[in-house]
Formats: sequence, C-alpha cells, structure tokens
Amino acid sequence: MSSSSIVAIVPILCVMAAGIAAMLAEAFREPGERIPISGLGLVGLAGAGISTVLLWGRHATGFGVVAADTFGLFVVMILVVIGVMTMLLSPRMVERDQLPGGEYYALTLFALAGMMLMAMATDLLVIFLALEVMSLAVYVLTAIRRGAEASVEGAFKYFILGGFSSAFFLYGLAFVYGIAHTTKLDGVGSALAGEAASHPTLALVAVGLLLVGFGFKVSAVPFHMWTPDAYEGAPTIVAGFMSTGVKAAAFAAFVRVMVTAFEPLRAAWLPVIWVMAAITMILGTVVGVAQTNLKRMLAYSSIAHAGYILIGLAASNDVGRGAILFYLLVYGVTNLGAFAVIGLLATRDRANDDLASMAGLSNRHPALAAVFAVLLLSLGGIPPTAGFVGKWYIFNAAVRSGDYGLAIIGVLTSVVSIFFYLRVIVMMYMAEPGDAPSSPEPSRAAVLTLAATLIVTFYLGILPAPLLELAARSVGSLF
Amino acid sequence: MFPVLTTIVFLPLVGALLLLLIENRDGRRDAVIRWTALAASLLVFAATLLLWSRFDPSCADFQFVERHDWIPSFGVQYFVGVDGISLFLLVLTGVLTPVALLSSWESVHKKVKEFSAFLLVLESAMLGVFVSLDLFLFYIFWDAMLIPMYFLIGVWGYDRRIYAAVKFILFTAAGSVLMLLAIIGLAWMHNSITGTGYSFDLLKLYDLRLPWQYEFWFFLAFTLAFAIKVPLFPFHTWLPDAHVEAPTAGSVILAGVLLKMGTYGLVRFAFPLFPSAAAFFAPALALLAVIGIVYGALVAMVQPDLKKLVAYSSVSHMGFVVLGICALNVQGMQGAIYQMLNHGISTGGLFLIVGMLSDRRHTRQIAEFGGLKAVTPRLVAVFLLMTLSSIGLPGLNGFVGEFLILLGAFRWDPRYAAFAASGVILSAVYMLWMFQRVNYGPVTHDENRSLPDLTVRERWVIIPMVAMAIFMGVLPGIFLRPMQPSVDRLLQRVSREAVARAPAAGRTDVTLRATVPADVRVKN
Repeated sequence: MSSSSIVAIVPILCVMAAGIAAMLAEAFREPGERIPISGLGLVGLAGAGISTVLLWGRHATGFGVVAADTFGLFVVMILVVIGVMTMLLSPRMVERDQLPGGEYYALTLFALAGMMLMAMATDLLVIFLALEVMSLAVYVLTAIRRGAEASVEGAFKYFILGGFSSAFFLYGLAFVYGIAHTTKLDGVGSALAGEAASHPTLALVAVGLLLVGFGFKVSAVPFHMWTPDAYEGAPTIVAGFMSTGVKAAAFAAFVRVMVTAFEPLRAAWLPVIWVMAAITMILGTVVGVAQTNLKRMLAYSSIAHAGYILIGLAASNDVGRGAILFYLLVYGVTNLGAFAVIGLLATRDRANDDLASMAGLSNRHPALAAVFAVLLLSLGGIPPTAGFVGKWYIFNAAVRSGDYGLAIIGVLTSVVSIFFYLRVIVMMYMAEPGDAPSSPEPSRAAVLTLAATLIVTFYLGILPAPLLELAARSVGSLF
Repeated sequence: MFPVLTTIVFLPLVGALLLLLIENRDGRRDAVIRWTALAASLLVFAATLLLWSRFDPSCADFQFVERHDWIPSFGVQYFVGVDGISLFLLVLTGVLTPVALLSSWESVHKKVKEFSAFLLVLESAMLGVFVSLDLFLFYIFWDAMLIPMYFLIGVWGYDRRIYAAVKFILFTAAGSVLMLLAIIGLAWMHNSITGTGYSFDLLKLYDLRLPWQYEFWFFLAFTLAFAIKVPLFPFHTWLPDAHVEAPTAGSVILAGVLLKMGTYGLVRFAFPLFPSAAAFFAPALALLAVIGIVYGALVAMVQPDLKKLVAYSSVSHMGFVVLGICALNVQGMQGAIYQMLNHGISTGGLFLIVGMLSDRRHTRQIAEFGGLKAVTPRLVAVFLLMTLSSIGLPGLNGFVGEFLILLGAFRWDPRYAAFAASGVILSAVYMLWMFQRVNYGPVTHDENRSLPDLTVRERWVIIPMVAMAIFMGVLPGIFLRPMQPSVDRLLQRVSREAVARAPAAGRTDVTLRATVPADVRVKN
C-alpha cells in the first residue's frame, strides 16, 4: 500500500470520519444536550472539498480500484455541494420532525461516502460495494420517521426492490467475471474487445443485468416504480438528498462502466439506452402532470430528468458526457433546493406538501415563493436559469450525434413538464390563499443556503462558460 | 466604444432590480414605485431616440455592434447590433413601455411593485430579442420574455387569467423548443460544413449553405415558432384568450411588441438563413396569411366583446405583415416592416382606449355602450382616430403599410393581393360598425350618462399614440429611408441564395421577383 493509494481516497475518508464522529457524538451526548452534529458533517465535507481540489489533475489511483480522475472528482465535488446543502438545511427540520439526530447525520454522511466511492471506483466489485454502502444508508434514512406509515411503506418498497436490483447487478457482475476473469473496468473492456465474439450472448446478458441495476438506482423507466413512494414517504430533505446524490453517484458509475468496460458492446446497448431515455422522459413528464402531491410531482420530474441525462449517454460522444456532469450539478442544486423549500414549509403536524397548500404562498412567504418559482423554472429549463443551459448542453450532444429524434422527444417533454411546474407557480402567485397555516420562519442557515442556490441557478444560467468547460475537460480522463 | 445597446437593453432590468429594493409594506409606497418605473422606462425611451439620431441611415450593415465571447467552446457570443429593420422596433418598444405603465396607473392596485418590475423585465427581454445577432443570445431573450408576460397575464388579468396565461406560455414554448433544436443543429452544421468550429453567429450562419433537407426542416422549426408568435392562422387560438384576459398594459405590450417578434423573426432569421426553403414555402405561408386576414376579420365582426374584437383584428392585420414578407420584394418587405410599427401603434392605442372604457364601466361588451359621443367627446375623438388608423385611412399610418404590402403582393401574385384587399374592406366594416355601436346613437344605458371624459393622465397615455399615427401617416419617408439599405441587403441575401441553390422543387420566378430595380421603390 503506497501513500499515493491513500491519497486518492482522502475525500471519502474525510466524510467517513465525519460520519463516525457524528455517531460518537450521539453516543456521548447527555440526554437533552444539544450538539451541532451537522457541524461535524460540514467539517468533514470541507475536508473532502479541499482534498478534491488538491487532487485535481494529479490522476491519483488508489489500490488499483479507485481513480481520483477528473471525471470522478467532478462528481465528488457535486456530492460535496449536495452534502453541504443537506447539512445546512437539515438541523431545523430534524428538530421539527423529531428525527434521531445522530443517526440521521451519520447515515447521511455514510451514504455520501458510498456515493463518492461509487463515483471514483474503477472496479465493478468496488462499485457494487459502494452501491451497497450508499443504498443501505439511504434505505434507513427513508424509514427514519418510524412512526409514519408512508415512510415505512416507502422505505420497504424501496428496500425490497433495491435488494432485488442489487441482486441483478451482482448476477451481472458474476457473468462479467466469468467472461473476462477480472472485475476491473479496463480489464473487462480489453477482454470484451478481444473475446466479445466468442461469448456474445454471455456478454449481452451481463450488460443487461448491470443495466437493470443502474437503471434502478437512477430511476429510469421501467425501473422507476419505487421512486414516488420512497420520495413521498421519506422526510422531505432526505427525498431531496436521495433524488440528487444517489442519482449523481449512480450516473457517474453508470457512465464510467458503459464507456470503459462495455465500450466494445456499444452497438448492443446503445439502442437500449435510447429507448430507456425516451420512455423515461415521456413517462416521467406525462405521469408528473397528474400529480397533486408536490413530492410525488418532483419524484416524477426527477424520473424525467434521469431521461434527459440518459440522452447524454445515448449520444455517446464527449459532449454528451460533459453534459451529463454539468447537468448533474445543475439538477443537484436546483432539485435539492426545491425539496428544501417544501421541507421548510411543513409544520410539525402538517406536511403542507400538496398542491393546494401552495395557494397564496407568495403572500405568506414571498421570499420562499420566489425561490421556489425560480427553481421550478430552472427545472423546466427556462432561460436565463442554469436548467436551461443544462438542457441546452444535453441537446447539443444529441444533435451532434445526429440524434434529432431523442432531442425532439426531449424538448417536447420539457414543454409538458413546464406545465406542471407552472401549476405550482399558479397556485403560489395566482390562486386565492387557502387555509394552509403559516410555517415557522426558516433558520438563517437555510435562508443562506437557498440564497446561494438562487445565485448559483442564475450564475450558471448566465455565465456558464467556466463550469461548462471544466465539465467538458473532466470527461477526458475517462479514457 | 460605449456599449450603447447593452445599456439600452439592460437599463430596464436595472430599473426592475431597483424597484425590488424599495420596501413597500401594504402598498404605502406605490406612488414612488410607479414614478420610478416610469422614469426608468422614459430613460430607455430617450436612449432609443438617441440611438435613432446617431443611426447612419445610409448604411446596410449592423451598427453599434458589440461582440464578446460568452461560451467560447461552443462558439456562443454576446453579439448585438441594430440595422434599419430592428431600429424602429426598439423605438416602438421604448414608446410603448412607458405608455403601458402609465395606462395601469389607476387600474392596477395589487402588488404594484411586482407589476412594474415584471413590465420592465419584459422590456429588457424584448429589446434583447431585437438586438441579438447571436442565435443563442436571441433564444435566451426570446424564452426569458415568456415568464414576465405569463405573470402579467396570470396575476393582474381578468377572470380567466390563469387559463389564458398557461395557454399562452405552453403555445409559445411548444413552438420555440423546436427552434432551439434547429439553432443547435445550425451551429453544428456550421462546424461540419466550414470546419471552423461551432458558431451561433448570425452573420456567419447567413453565409452557410446547408443541404436542402436540413434547410427544409430547420426552416419549418423556425417558422413554427414565429408563426405561433405572430400568430399566423391556424396557430392563433392563444391570442384572443391572452389578449382578453391580460390587463390593459399586458395587452398593449402583447399586441404592440410581442407579436412583432414573430414577424421580426421571419425577417431576421427564418428567411435569410434558409432562403431556398423560404422561397419554397412562401406561397404556403402567404396562403395562411391571407386566410388569417379574411378569417380574423370575419371573426372580429361578430365579437360582442370590444377587446376580443381588437384581438381578432390583430390576427387579420398581422396576416398582412406575413403576406408582405412572403412577397419577397422591396415593397412587400418595407410595407411589412412598416406595418409592424403601425400595428403596434394602432392596436396598442385601441387596447388603451378599450382599457379606459372598461376602467369606467367594468365591462367590455359593445352592447353595454352606445351614444358615448355625447358623453365623452374627447375620448371618442381619439377613439375615432385610432379606429381610422387601424382601418388604414390615407393620411394615417395604417394606409402606408397596407398599401405597400398590397403593392408588393400584387407584383408577386395578384390573387393574394385580391383576397388580402378584401380584408381591408372587411376591416373597415367591423371597425366602423363597432365604432358606431359604441359611440353613436342615443345613450341606451343610464350608467353611461355620467362617464368622465379623458383625464390628464389618460391624455398623456393616448396623445403619443395619436401623434405617432398621424406622423407616420404623413411622413413615412423618415422611417422608410433608414430601412431601405437593410431591406435591400436582406432581399439580396434571400434572392441570391435562392437563385443559386433552389432545388428542382424551388420556384423559378424568384429571380424576377427579388431583383427589382431600385427605382420602383416607393419614396414618400
């Protein structure tokens, strides 16, 4: 074990250490004593962020199975942003919903560590390991409101189906090992390039099984069934965390596996991804239109967004991969922000997460309503917000590969999606105020986080060049 | 060089941000906000006038050009400029925004700060559309415009405002997303044809020679977006709803400026970027335009609601503009551009007057009025003037535009001109009939006996429109001359390309139509 091996996983270690510290803090806490556990998480994430910056461009590898390449580090950076936002937004909500604080933060941090490992892993076995670290933590987070029926139901569905999909993944991994005699991605790639002809069926089965596993984690149709239930049942901030963090990590691994290990079989999996992207976008938006619960609506919207990101993969060019990175960042920030607003509106005994409770929000909480409106417009892809640039970049990729069909489905479904995002805005600004009670003033940290989200949304919408180029350059490390 | 255009475009936005800083609890500072917004918009207006005075009318190139890299890896630039075609649309936007603000002085009491801010943001986006010479930049402004308009209709509109607002935004967004794909496609084609990288630069893309099939589809994508905005029959169904439900200021801006973006888009983007496709599709577009002219007029005739009547008259009048563009000759094109301005003035003015009537009576039903001439003589006088301007009475602005368009259409294909001319007659029928029912005869409703005449504020709202209508009718040369070089350049671009590359399916008479000697031009 050389020192450079350790260096590559320092970001993960920082977050892991913070998670352990959070557990210890909870264990040593006197009953009734208040410890700012989220602060520990912030320290760990700061460490992860700084080490990510320091690792940038050094191409460190860890133990032959983890690569701190720019692609992985970019995703780690997205995860750090998501983690920091979650830590800043959580305290008031954890207190209000009387969630067990220590467990909540520790699990969030462990999930983040798993996500980061997933983003950087270059070995299928390690990817599986990371996937499980992440998933187990998230299953528990979904069920953390033990008393609430919806929470338990959602978590149970998520857990059962998730376990099922993990089994698929593992089965696929076994096939891969059977063909290539290795689980390292580059090894698999060269083995398939050489021997694909000799085991075509086996190789295709392997890809198919892995696709099921990844499809589940990114909630692509037809593996999306769990998403609305899990998001609705989970505490709102957890739903925001899941919808962004899990998706970013899973997409990072997905892209890495597809373009390195399975590049030789591209002709076989590309049509599958194409169809998956198309039906994911269509189903996500069409079913989203019918939702009256905001969390379910955002769940379907997150399904649709998975479809847009899949366009980037289906384009199978550098632009597409860069677009995926940029999109994950933009989507992560805006979607988490949107969930956070819903979370902030809840009171102890009322979730306030249905469309009707948004009525007249612009009078009760003008600032929150404005932030929510901007974030929704960004999710809908209206300029000059970050969401527009993200979609524009994705469609660039599709057009570049000559795939106008997918691009047309993409733009048309985004118009449909504007319809349901606008419905919320209609309620907030144009409907008569309902009987929803005023929610407590959000904490200062939450206000600052949302303000930062807003600034990022506009900044990336107006001056996206630096980050676009960073994302474009980052994907170069995949080969 | 001082960034004139950037200043003009973003000045309203700065004004809007300033407004947001003003604390306005329970509407106590409404007056301050109204004056600030008005001052900002007047400043913009003054700036557009200054721009006009510095504009070199003999030059066909884009002037006041600013160009900066924006997203270099994709060839996206911040690239703005004006020519004779966009100059007056900027001035028009500059005139109409303060008028719209002033018109809502007493009719908008709810959330005055947000109302004024949205109007100013809208102004920024509209100005941006007219100066953008980079397709990415253009699209940003084009789409960004939807949001403030959506709020203006949805929050401050009448009863069915939410339905109208959502319909407005979905129609327009559905049209424009395909254009977005075509824009991206163009940029990539620029790379694959020239090999010099991706570019959204309009001037470079003008010189691009696309394969016919790309040109065909891209033209359709662009034209769909613009046709919905114009709106061209049969894409017009959002317009009556949006107009009727929008507050007066919204209707004025919608009719005055937003609709022009559709026709401006055809002139600036769709036709010169895809000349062969334009020549190929021009007859079909002209046919839709003529159907729109007649259909809009017929539907306007039977409307019981004043605002709806004016809205359908818009469909008819904008049909003229599209017809003029499709004629692809100097008269048609100049007439079309002139008619864009006219329509902004006359329809904007009519919406203002309808707004004044509905402020007084809280109804817009024609049957609720009658005999107003005896009660409010001044209001009726300006009403008459705007009505006549809309009909196209010689001496007023509408005549010049319609005449040029009909001339252009006639030189192209007399059949179009014949049908379009029937629209002129029909417009006289429905407008005068409406005017008669509202203003002449005995006063049939007692509520109408005590209506106040124009207030001082209302005079300031309507006088600019009346003055413009007369001025543009008497001295059209002032406007037509600076347009001339740009229009010539545009037609050269469209015709030369079309001649050089028209496929077998293309038309052969393009040459004859488009290379008209300069002496046939109408000079007033």
